Amino acid sequence: MTVQLIAMQLFSGLALGAVLIMVALGLSIIFGMLGIVNFAHGALFMVGAYAGLYVAGLTGSFWWALLIAPVMIGLFGMLIERFLIRPLYGRSPDDPLLLTFGLGYVLVEAVRIFFGTDGIPFSTPAALRGVVNLGIGFFPLYRLFVIGVVVAVLLLLWVGLEKTKFGLIVRAGSADPLIMRVLGVDISRLWLVVFGIGVGITALGGVLAAPMRNVSPEMGTLVLAEAFVVTVIGGMGSLPGAVIAGLIVGVSVSMTSLFAPEMATIVMFALMALILLVRPNGLYGRAAPGL
Amino acid sequence: MSVIRNAELVPAPARRSFATLFSNVSRWRVPLSILALCILPWVLPSQALAVNVLIYGLVAVGYNLLFGYTGLLSFGHAAFFGAGAYATGIAIGAFGVHWFIAMLIGVLISGLLATVMGVLAIRTRGIYFSMVTLALAQLVYYAALQASSWTGGENGLRGFTVSTLHLPGFSVNFLDPLVKYYAIMIVVAAALWFVSRVLNSPFGAVIEAIRENETRARACGYDVERTKLLSFILSGILCGLAGTLSAMHLSIVPLDSLHYHTSGLIVMMTLLGGAGSFFGPFIGALAFLSMEDIFSLWTSNWQLIVGVIFILFVLYLPKGIWGTLITWGKSR
Repeated sequence: MTVQLIAMQLFSGLALGAVLIMVALGLSIIFGMLGIVNFAHGALFMVGAYAGLYVAGLTGSFWWALLIAPVMIGLFGMLIERFLIRPLYGRSPDDPLLLTFGLGYVLVEAVRIFFGTDGIPFSTPAALRGVVNLGIGFFPLYRLFVIGVVVAVLLLLWVGLEKTKFGLIVRAGSADPLIMRVLGVDISRLWLVVFGIGVGITALGGVLAAPMRNVSPEMGTLVLAEAFVVTVIGGMGSLPGAVIAGLIVGVSVSMTSLFAPEMATIVMFALMALILLVRPNGLYGRAAPGL
Repeated sequence: MSVIRNAELVPAPARRSFATLFSNVSRWRVPLSILALCILPWVLPSQALAVNVLIYGLVAVGYNLLFGYTGLLSFGHAAFFGAGAYATGIAIGAFGVHWFIAMLIGVLISGLLATVMGVLAIRTRGIYFSMVTLALAQLVYYAALQASSWTGGENGLRGFTVSTLHLPGFSVNFLDPLVKYYAIMIVVAAALWFVSRVLNSPFGAVIEAIRENETRARACGYDVERTKLLSFILSGILCGLAGTLSAMHLSIVPLDSLHYHTSGLIVMMTLLGGAGSFFGPFIGALAFLSMEDIFSLWTSNWQLIVGVIFILFVLYLPKGIWGTLITWGKSR
């Protein structure tokens, strides 16, 4: 057990955490703005990976898949918001949660019909194969690329939310939708766009994860639970919380898989239980939502 | 005066008959349920389906205590169902314990698990609660997957079969499907009676008060946290009891019984039938399992149809089959 090995595993944890951050961010953005938990989020992550597979098959290029699939699924998300979730505003917050749960069921089954039930391997693009020497050891180039993309998306989101007029409206809309409506902002359209962005980010996570995990209809289930753990640890609706918690979970999972592999899947849930005991609202959470 | 009399006169016969019907149904709810359960295996296409309705009906009834009456949407109830099933199976298979003691152990373990999960989850509220219960149940799922020397891991628990129920004085052939159905039904009927008693007790009134307005219930001096926890534990115990019955019925415990899809199944059945009503969960279980039975003959992708039906229910009939019927009956 050398220092190098630990450092490498730490880096692997960052790549794992990066994908989790994508999913949890999408979940948090949608919750922060629309006040609903999207239980179809894991399924949309999976659908994103399949869309990537499909686009890559059509165009023969991973890069097009990375670009087109999230946009495709983001637009699909907008359809979901418009026709399934919008009729539920004003009802109990449990209703959108139940509806998206049913939707997840439908999406998984639909994918099974079109792509079969078996996992499909998604090959790493040729340009990103191989390893890089980081000075402390050799690290898979693709994982480095994933970390890079996630950092880029985070920067883009930060600039979009903090430095643009659209971001200002989004933040104001999440603070007080009624006042924004009074000021003449079309909140319904804003929610439509935000839901689309949230889903698109998750789909991007799905495409990024595809070469690291096999693409299968069930891949969303575990991710949904992981994303919940990350959002609960980070604090519901908090974007910095999602990032920090994603990294904590990713690193602790990969470190556990180095020292006690059989505990790897369990450690994040235990971590969540611990955080809940100390801070029921998560690290960056506001007062408990829902009531 | 005459206006009032007219208003009374015209719709009165219909209103009175429906109102009496529903209050009678409500008063005799336990005997009526038992009567319905008694004829169930004779009207359903298969006895296997009837036993499933019994077991999942009980799960949904237990779940409904928390979701329908206390207003807490848990997505982790598979953990209690599975824990009850695994504990019973392990007690019989690995330790050769008498089936009755094994059932007690199953109920006890699921109650303990519900206490631990409840203490953690009750600290959170609303949507947060759903996420935390789901995540904690996943923890149980992965723990069972890892502890494969006890649980059989991915293959599920096997190697225990209850063929005869030995009771003081006589014994029952548990392999005869019809005998098995009625043996399980006795346990379910007792549980139904218990739930009915709980709902009619002051405790039942307090959990409904919490569902309607938590802040007000707290202001009235009720210990909201303790009541919620107690409701969580009771609900977990009932699901655990259904789990022990499922283990004895199937002689295996599939790992799937702990999976989050099972939790979702429980939520779907309860909502389909009508959350917050006494008959709702059983009707939901009956509707869901019958749909599965029929649609799985047509297509292997029957879950797609069930999912779509569930979405339509959330959109247009959030009160479920029985809840909508009650509302319709009262408005007549």
